[in-house]
Amino acid sequence: MPSALPDGEPVPADGALPASALAGAADRPLGFYLHVPYCATRCGYCDFNTYTATELRGTGGVLASRDNYADTLADEVRLARKVLGDDPREVRTVFVGGGTPTLLAASDLVRMLHAIREEFGLAKDAEVTTEANPETVDPAYLAELREGGFNRISFGMQSARPHVLKILDRTHTPGRPEACVAEARAAGFAHVNLDLIYGTPGESDDDWRASLDAALGAGPDHVSAYALIVEEGTQLARRIRRGEVPMTDDDVHADRYLITEEVLSGAGFEWYEVSNWATSEAGRCLHNELYWRGADWWGAGPGAHSHVGGVRWWNVKHPGAYAAALAEGRTPGAGREVLAAEDQRVERILLELRLREGVPLSLLRERGLAAARRALAEGLLQEEPYGAGRAVLTLRGRLLADAVVRDLVD
Amino acid sequence: MPATPSHVPEPSRTDPALIRNFCIIAHIDHGKSTLADRMLQLTGVVEQRQMRAQYLDRMDIERERGITIKSQAVRLPWAPTHDPGNTHILNMIDTPGHVDFTYEVSRSLAACEGTILLVDAAQGIEAQTLANLYLAMENDLTIIPVLNKIDLPAAQPEKFADELANLIGCDPSEVLKVSAKTGLGVEALLDRAVEKIPAPVGVADAPARAMIFDSVYDSYRGVVTYVRVIDGKLNRRERIRMMSTGATHELLEIGTNSPEMLPADGLGVGEVGYLITGVKDVRQSKVGDTVTSQVKGATEALGGYKDPKPMVFSGLYPLDGSDYPELREALDKLQLNDAALVYEPETSAALGFGFRVGFLGLLHLDVIRERLEREFGLDLIATAPNVVYRVIMEDGAEITVTNPSEFPEGKIAEVYEPVVRATILAPTEFIGAIMELCQTRRGALLGMDYLSEDRVEIRYTLPLAEIVFDFFDQLKSKTRGYASLDYEPTGEQSSSLVKVDILLHGDKVDAFSAITHKDQAYAYGVRLVAKLRELIPRQNFEVPVQAAIGSRVIARETIRAIRKDVLAKCYGGDISRKRKLLEKQKEGKKRMKMVGSVEVPQEAFIAVLSSDDSSGPGKSKK
Repeated sequence: MPSALPDGEPVPADGALPASALAGAADRPLGFYLHVPYCATRCGYCDFNTYTATELRGTGGVLASRDNYADTLADEVRLARKVLGDDPREVRTVFVGGGTPTLLAASDLVRMLHAIREEFGLAKDAEVTTEANPETVDPAYLAELREGGFNRISFGMQSARPHVLKILDRTHTPGRPEACVAEARAAGFAHVNLDLIYGTPGESDDDWRASLDAALGAGPDHVSAYALIVEEGTQLARRIRRGEVPMTDDDVHADRYLITEEVLSGAGFEWYEVSNWATSEAGRCLHNELYWRGADWWGAGPGAHSHVGGVRWWNVKHPGAYAAALAEGRTPGAGREVLAAEDQRVERILLELRLREGVPLSLLRERGLAAARRALAEGLLQEEPYGAGRAVLTLRGRLLADAVVRDLVD
Repeated sequence: MPATPSHVPEPSRTDPALIRNFCIIAHIDHGKSTLADRMLQLTGVVEQRQMRAQYLDRMDIERERGITIKSQAVRLPWAPTHDPGNTHILNMIDTPGHVDFTYEVSRSLAACEGTILLVDAAQGIEAQTLANLYLAMENDLTIIPVLNKIDLPAAQPEKFADELANLIGCDPSEVLKVSAKTGLGVEALLDRAVEKIPAPVGVADAPARAMIFDSVYDSYRGVVTYVRVIDGKLNRRERIRMMSTGATHELLEIGTNSPEMLPADGLGVGEVGYLITGVKDVRQSKVGDTVTSQVKGATEALGGYKDPKPMVFSGLYPLDGSDYPELREALDKLQLNDAALVYEPETSAALGFGFRVGFLGLLHLDVIRERLEREFGLDLIATAPNVVYRVIMEDGAEITVTNPSEFPEGKIAEVYEPVVRATILAPTEFIGAIMELCQTRRGALLGMDYLSEDRVEIRYTLPLAEIVFDFFDQLKSKTRGYASLDYEPTGEQSSSLVKVDILLHGDKVDAFSAITHKDQAYAYGVRLVAKLRELIPRQNFEVPVQAAIGSRVIARETIRAIRKDVLAKCYGGDISRKRKLLEKQKEGKKRMKMVGSVEVPQEAFIAVLSSDDSSGPGKSKK
């Protein structure tokens, strides 16, 4: 979640949604994203909404601290219940992200989940994920999460190489993430993901292969591999600007991506989104698929984004302001946008084209169809699905997805 | 401030002996407009509270750049200090101060008997001023040398008085010293004008003959024509005839400017004023033409009339193709006020529909382009300016090329290009640098004269095409800004010229074609190809960029195919941002021109085609 909030219209004080947003809701899955805005230290490449202080004060002296955070967040879950009214849906997915969720006690994470269970109920086969920092968990912690209802865990591994981790300011010791996977498996987690970053300045092709091999060796059923994005305003951006660290060339990113595909597919993984691979259907992250398929989700926590029935909104960023709003019974929503039909069409194209299933050609207009034919001829779309009425990217096309989208939306 | 003098002679009833017609020759920046302001105040024609700086400069661009593009004439009553009972009429004719408008300057000078040569006491005379001074001398005008800005700490009045005295052959003590800013010495200057400038001489009872020295379109009144009556008298309500075309018009209004328009009964011998006939297009009222009465009119026109001839051409294209009709309309409107502006529709494979526009010179081009963008809100691409070539084929056919892409392919016997006589004034320490620059620009030295111990005048024959292409910038940078330049067309010469084409992905881009000397073709090709490689973003496929003469490739670069164009992450909070980014990128895409299958950003066209921002002498003003 990038830290800059979009421009939008204000959210009503009670957080009420337009009636249109709730129409047909029963047919869409509902998920919850819970944001934990705390980190032990800020990493040099990170521009997420996260804070290293343990206590932050909001207006009127309202205290937002790590200690009472789970309760504050539970307040928003209760607000969600009010806003969604008699929406009968049980929650399909819960994803706790950050920040560093595992800086909180396992019992806090479980308490947050419990609030959802109480207000909405969890579907029988609900996917419940938390992100975890390898240095902040141990078998007891993992067991407590598992016990409390978590069944999927995602570790930030980033790299197996110390010099790469150093550029990223990651503090964990190499080898620790792999050990975490084993501990999670032992605790009974069916699904384990490792997050990796490629294209860090100073990383070689061999470093990257080594990271992939190390990750695979640990036996996760899901791998996310992201090209390093140097966001404006981060420490890393400043270091690159000052010439202390070289900027990674786009061609290098392309090479690393091809290596990723080669290594992961060789190990039995399949891509299902541009930056995500899984060993099976069941290994996919269902929560993320809700984002990509226009489902409903409620993002709770400072700076969290939500989407319900074509309305997107986002919360105030500062934990103090967030806590203060909830303490006063107001929505923490900072702004929202109600998507027009064309916005929704464009979003569908730009999100679904990133998926293995691609975009139905029926979503395209005449010029978009002509562009799709060109993309097919240029080898950016796959022949077979195209014949079946879907635009699905080839490997080369995945690397040029944004360029293809720009033409398809015409 | 003196009040308006008493017994002011009225227009049409002014004894020519009391009239003094003069203009001010000055380099931009040397204070002409400020001096004019002081004169307006001293003679009382503009009240103190209405005064604003550069009162006579009407267009925004004129005031901003401190240059006068269109001239004006103001009737100023002045009772000389030594003879206060005898109010004279001073007609101050404002001249355009730029090399592009030499013809208009020459007509303004032809309307005068005298000129004030105004020179900055801290800088000395500049090349354009010198050129206009020579013009004035050829017209036998009485010259009143004046040094301005003597209140500046950097002023060197003694040194530059000597320089002026040398140039015009007077005694240094005769050079007046004024400060237009404070008004110091301006009264003495007006007295000197009355004393030294000859009164106009004409035949009062001859058929009327008046010379047009300016013609301005006004959206309320139509064309306002400024004239100087040589012989006879023009009366209100009579019908007049333009002698070059024979067209006749009703004289709806005749009058003088003080400085606003003031109707009068007529204009007599030696008088200067304006005519309004209701015509809507300055081309019906051409600078240099002779106006006479329809009934019992003159049979012989005054000499010196010329049709303005465009020297520099450039293609003007709307950035957004749908603005083409607006561009046409805007050019039509500008032409109402600019007889020298010519244009015809042209189509470019790369740029779409536009116009090939002819200009008097680079400043004229800059001013027109700026007015189109500012007054008409158009976003334009202007192709690199080029001159007119005359190509003789081996079979004897002759082709006039105003657009490089029209340069013929077949067997060429000879190519002629226009040449100019360039005059450069600079401190002597820069002689070497200037000569080196002129040699590389195919110049031939004509001569060199020392204006004073440390200033020199260097004359060269140069191809106009070389001047059009960043010559002035180079000159300024090689002389740390000290050199000044003037040039006048002197004819044409046969040269070894070739057309260099630029190919993108194998397709010729007509807008980038250029005609260069064959010895410079290679360097030009290499430079342009390298520049394009930088400016054109990577495409989904590899794009070769080539420069070629005919079918022979002389330079090549490759734009590598883009391999990655995808955001790594797209989760819940990224979606709005990503959609907005997409919208922005789509906007950016609209500003791309498709050249064959290659997307070329407008910026690339602009960067390659515009011969840098400060291309013309007119932009030298800081």
